[in-house]
Amino acid sequence: MTDWEAVIGIETHVELSTNSKMFCSCPTEFGDEPNTAVCPVCLALPGALPVPNEKAIEGIVKIGLALDCEINERSLFYRKNYFYPDLPKNYQISQYTYPVCEHGSLDVDVDGEPTVVGITRVHMEEDTGKSSHIGDGGGRIQDADHTLLDFNRAGVPLVEIVTEPDITSPEQARAYAAELQRIVLALGVSDARLEAGSMRFDANISVRPVGTTELGTRTETKNVNSLRSLQRALAFEIDRQIRVLEEGGRIVQETRHWNEDTGVTTSMRTKEESEDYRYFQDPDLLPLEVTKEWQDEIRATIPELPAKRRRGFLDAGVDVETAGVLADDDDLSRLFRDAVAGGATGRTVGIWLTGEVIAYLRRQEITIADTSLTSGHLVELGSMVDGGDLSSSAAKEVLLAVLEGEGTPGEIADARDLLQVSDTGAIEEAVDAVLAANADAVDKIKSGDMKPFGFLVGQVMRHMGGKADPKVVRSVLEQRTGS
Amino acid sequence: MLQGDRQGHAVRYHRVMPVEIDIVKVAQLARIALSDDELDMYSSQLADILEHAERVQALPTEGVEPTSHPLPMVNAFRPDEVGECLEPESFLSEAPDTHDGRFRVPRILG
Repeated sequence: MTDWEAVIGIETHVELSTNSKMFCSCPTEFGDEPNTAVCPVCLALPGALPVPNEKAIEGIVKIGLALDCEINERSLFYRKNYFYPDLPKNYQISQYTYPVCEHGSLDVDVDGEPTVVGITRVHMEEDTGKSSHIGDGGGRIQDADHTLLDFNRAGVPLVEIVTEPDITSPEQARAYAAELQRIVLALGVSDARLEAGSMRFDANISVRPVGTTELGTRTETKNVNSLRSLQRALAFEIDRQIRVLEEGGRIVQETRHWNEDTGVTTSMRTKEESEDYRYFQDPDLLPLEVTKEWQDEIRATIPELPAKRRRGFLDAGVDVETAGVLADDDDLSRLFRDAVAGGATGRTVGIWLTGEVIAYLRRQEITIADTSLTSGHLVELGSMVDGGDLSSSAAKEVLLAVLEGEGTPGEIADARDLLQVSDTGAIEEAVDAVLAANADAVDKIKSGDMKPFGFLVGQVMRHMGGKADPKVVRSVLEQRTGS
Repeated sequence: MLQGDRQGHAVRYHRVMPVEIDIVKVAQLARIALSDDELDMYSSQLADILEHAERVQALPTEGVEPTSHPLPMVNAFRPDEVGECLEPESFLSEAPDTHDGRFRVPRILG
């Protein structure tokens, strides 16, 4: 039996969240009313000329820099000619040779296994309008008898990010897509909503016998609109290709449509046609020049990126998962950093923020800003736990009360009578009383049977009304029983 | 064939190989139905154009900066500001067919 390996490349489209479209001043936000955000330029009326949106160029340069790309100082717009009516011009303004960004990379990590995904290019183009296929086929393009067109989205700035075929598993593909989404969100250049289509993934997939270098025939899978469907669609398509090849068939180069409900990909084209977009340089548009000076200005506006932020959190002592959750949230990241800078233990604060605090915010459907929790509270709470004044379970109760706005951790612990006794004298007295009442248990322990030890700890805690520091109780018990 | 260029230097134009064109494919890419006579006519006209392009390509351009636009200009930008849009009725009324505020077109895949 042949062992197969998958070769995957991903094309990602990201709609930039500018106010106006790429080449005209129509708004990029519009309601449900069709064809209300259009003008002579995006309707391709004769004589209308496109003029690029400067903010969109800054957006794509930010993405390119964040992906370690080389920014071409000079790049060109091309016309991509095709025959779908989703753009009135009959072509899409895109880039071909000399895209804005080339030769980048993105590090992704699956279960601690790092991979570098090469970025071939990042280019600027415009989004298409929305087509609705009407007919008996339930919206399937093949079965439609006519199509309705709404051009509100036509001309919205769109950035396409193309990877090298460096991805070898559906899990890696998902990790790449998730990291790219985090970066785009951190840059603030797009709302990157997969379900709303402002970030979309198309995956090129082929399989080949392990150990061979020649690429197999690839298919392109479209219509994945969540990270989970990307992973599922790829897993399905890899299995399908392997099955076809093992049964002696051949893979047809085609576009396939992922169906989330049935969990399968199906061929989208009714007939084979080679794609020939007859790219040529758009004579309506001047060359684009992004000088080193402009690049430097844009670079200076790039915030800390998720990977760097996570590394900082890992260095502060949290685990990989916690670092990831914290880094995805600006408010939590800031609280964490300030608390650690104030002397709190990173690990403890990380657990509180990603545990109790997130759960509370979700329950109440609010954000950190809606609560009175400060980094100072976290520092205070941490020092109470570290000093043995508060058990870790009581700390969680106090934390919730702080979130509810009941006061500072000290005030709350005091008011709720949660402070625990770590005073050895009081605990020794309780231990002696318990030992005197449980001579049998003491004998057992002295003869090497440790079973009753936990029972004795419980008795002492009970004697202290639950407010003794269990660590101190254990250590006093160990001394007294000689265990 | 010898001809003077603008500076009066003699430039040798190469005689180029006749260009083979798959005119049926070109017509299909442009979604144009052509008769056999038309195919012949456009085939020879396109061949002339491509031969001309080949002659231009054969010119010695070493050391000449590539030009991508006739004007020595770059970066005509627009600030990211929202402007006026058209009233839907003003252009929908010009369309051959519409439905519910949208353009209606024949099925896309034949």
